[in-house]
Amino acid sequence: MSNNVEKTADSVRPDAGLFPPVNVVEDANGITLFADLAGVPKDKLGLQVEADTLTIEGEVSFAMPEGMESIHAEVSLPRYRRVFTLSKELDTEKVAAEFVNGVLTLRIPKAAHAQPRKIEIRVD
Amino acid sequence: MYYRNLFPRDIFAEMERLQRDMQQAYDPSIRGGLRGGFPAMNVGSTPKSVEIYAFAPGVDPAAIDVQIEKGVLTVAGERTLPALPEKATLHINERFTGRFRRVVTLPDDIDPNSASAKYRDGVLHISIARKETAVPRRISIQ
Repeated sequence: MSNNVEKTADSVRPDAGLFPPVNVVEDANGITLFADLAGVPKDKLGLQVEADTLTIEGEVSFAMPEGMESIHAEVSLPRYRRVFTLSKELDTEKVAAEFVNGVLTLRIPKAAHAQPRKIEIRVD
Repeated sequence: MYYRNLFPRDIFAEMERLQRDMQQAYDPSIRGGLRGGFPAMNVGSTPKSVEIYAFAPGVDPAAIDVQIEKGVLTVAGERTLPALPEKATLHINERFTGRFRRVVTLPDDIDPNSASAKYRDGVLHISIARKETAVPRRISIQ
């Protein structure tokens, strides 16, 4: 049943995905994002920062016995996908990610551009 | 608590359920859960077993209670989220927190003693074998 649903959705929109629920917390030093991505193994999680866009993607993959017929599916698509627009003061070079038990924790610190910076003088 | 027979027997019951679901889109239940609530559940069936997948990320497996009583499976527990640091702002708050409980009616032919449960990547997988007699058997003609 859900296999048909998946196939139909795939053929209509190949990038269709479930919207993972997230919490976003901001403190003085940066932003922490938590995302629920149950059923995604570590190697099937994709994180991408391009310009000011953060994309979270994950393929749902879990052990299913052979010949299993789906009777009821609330997780009805085999992937998650969600995109966020980041703001300029965030330092995307220093994003730290942790993924445990289907929960992604992303820490994006704020850039240090407001703070005084020492400029190194190179002598060639 | 969200209750629904996930093993419908007849088309009329199934149609009634669909109608109820559509009605719910306009008048949601007082317990919410148009999409079923937390944890989301997938149910599958094989000739030998019933497979239940509960999508409960970030839950300590020790805090999940799985019970089968009189043909009814209950998955209950609690999910606690990290406390908000001082002076922090919560911009988006979508993740479920607190106690949860979901109930699934099982088919008659399952063997409750054979149930096993595993937790991996945030998914609780419960597998319950069907009774031997219920497995279709081909009888060879001599």
